[in-house]
Amino acid sequence: MDFREMMESKYRDILHHYIKEQSEQALYAGQKFSRKSIEHKVAPEEIISLHKSLLLEMYPELPKDIIHSFDILLEVMVGYGIAYREHQSLRHQQEELRSEMEIASNVQQTLLGTSIPTVPGFDIGAISVPAKHMNGDYFHFVLDENDNISVAIADVIGKGIPAALCMSMIKYAMDSLPENRLDPSSVLENLNRVVEQNVDPSMFITMFYGMFNPSNNIFYYASAGHEPGFYYDSKKKEFSELVARGLLLGVDKRTKYSQYEKEIFPGDMIILMSDGVTECRTEEGFIEKETLIGYINKYIHLNAQEIVNNIFRELEKLQHFQLRDDFTLIILKKDV
Amino acid sequence: MNIQSCITIINEWDIVAARQLGRNVAKELGFGTVDQARITTAISELARNIYLYAGKGQICIDKLSEGGKAGLQIKAVDSGPGIREIRQVMEDGFSTSGGLGAGLPGVKRLMDEFYIDSTPGQGTQIKATKWLR
Repeated sequence: MDFREMMESKYRDILHHYIKEQSEQALYAGQKFSRKSIEHKVAPEEIISLHKSLLLEMYPELPKDIIHSFDILLEVMVGYGIAYREHQSLRHQQEELRSEMEIASNVQQTLLGTSIPTVPGFDIGAISVPAKHMNGDYFHFVLDENDNISVAIADVIGKGIPAALCMSMIKYAMDSLPENRLDPSSVLENLNRVVEQNVDPSMFITMFYGMFNPSNNIFYYASAGHEPGFYYDSKKKEFSELVARGLLLGVDKRTKYSQYEKEIFPGDMIILMSDGVTECRTEEGFIEKETLIGYINKYIHLNAQEIVNNIFRELEKLQHFQLRDDFTLIILKKDV
Repeated sequence: MNIQSCITIINEWDIVAARQLGRNVAKELGFGTVDQARITTAISELARNIYLYAGKGQICIDKLSEGGKAGLQIKAVDSGPGIREIRQVMEDGFSTSGGLGAGLPGVKRLMDEFYIDSTPGQGTQIKATKWLR
């Protein structure tokens, strides 16, 4: 017996059963039948036709008028059948897009990959998690021959694919900057020119660029409208904002960036983030800076990577595991 | 051996006439009621496109026989504005999103074979075939 015949006899049984005793059990059998017929891509109009022919078989004396009425039902259901098949095909396309996105996100991870440098006397932790598939945040470390550690953190305004495409460009612009030591302010000025020339005017990028010089223990930094980071003073056990002023990248090609400095002592920390961290939204609104500082304090005894991982987990939980924006958090901790 | 008859589509009544012709031929060939409904829906759709977008055209119904198989072919021909982006109108969801009916992808699904050719400014020619199983 092929599938059609089997389906026909199954439907006949269900129909007989229900006409005899109108039981919930027979209705349930009907529901199971529909699951099976959908699985086998049986169109709705075919079910109507089956129903009609079974009625004719069971009640040969059934008034012709009733039988004719099924033609209208069939005609109407042909339209639903088309809509249903279209839906199936769109679902299939969506599946294809999803897997394409996954590949794209892997490619992006390879393109934007940066390794966290191991530097004696420094403990560095970083985490970056996209809200969707593609990440519009970016961080980058460079360790030069004089053991200066540079760190960049950037965020494209917007998320998803356009943001991610834009980020790849930033990465290559940074890679093509001269090898020798560059001041944070001149790095930003260089990148600003690239962004201004190459990126759609409606797209803006914020960036924080910092460089630690181990010979004088000074952290030099500049910001292009980026979310301010924190400085942790281990002696006073206090957090303060790393205030830096500067226009977003890509607004005006003549923008100049001021450079700031901070002396770093053993046990001190630099905490950098994207706005996906501070704009974690809970039912009560954005999280307060104090909440974030509270989490840092809670895990402060751990190493830098464990701190950022734990904070991400806490904030993820606070948001019921639905990130609204790309999330990037970096901690640089000077060893005691 | 081809037997052909055509209906000129100018107004909405002609759509009904084209359906009737298609149904008669489908019945004659021995198509079941479900396939009859699919064939007439496809005819409706193609005739409506002529009526709405080209203003005037023709729907022809052919009986085909090929290697022992019998089939029905709908031919829709018009000399209207044509379709600039055929790929787009053949995309699911493109023309149906506004509730405009099955669209050409729907016609393609209802039938077994589908062929379209269109030149902007010159018109559109569509052939859709269903074989008797």
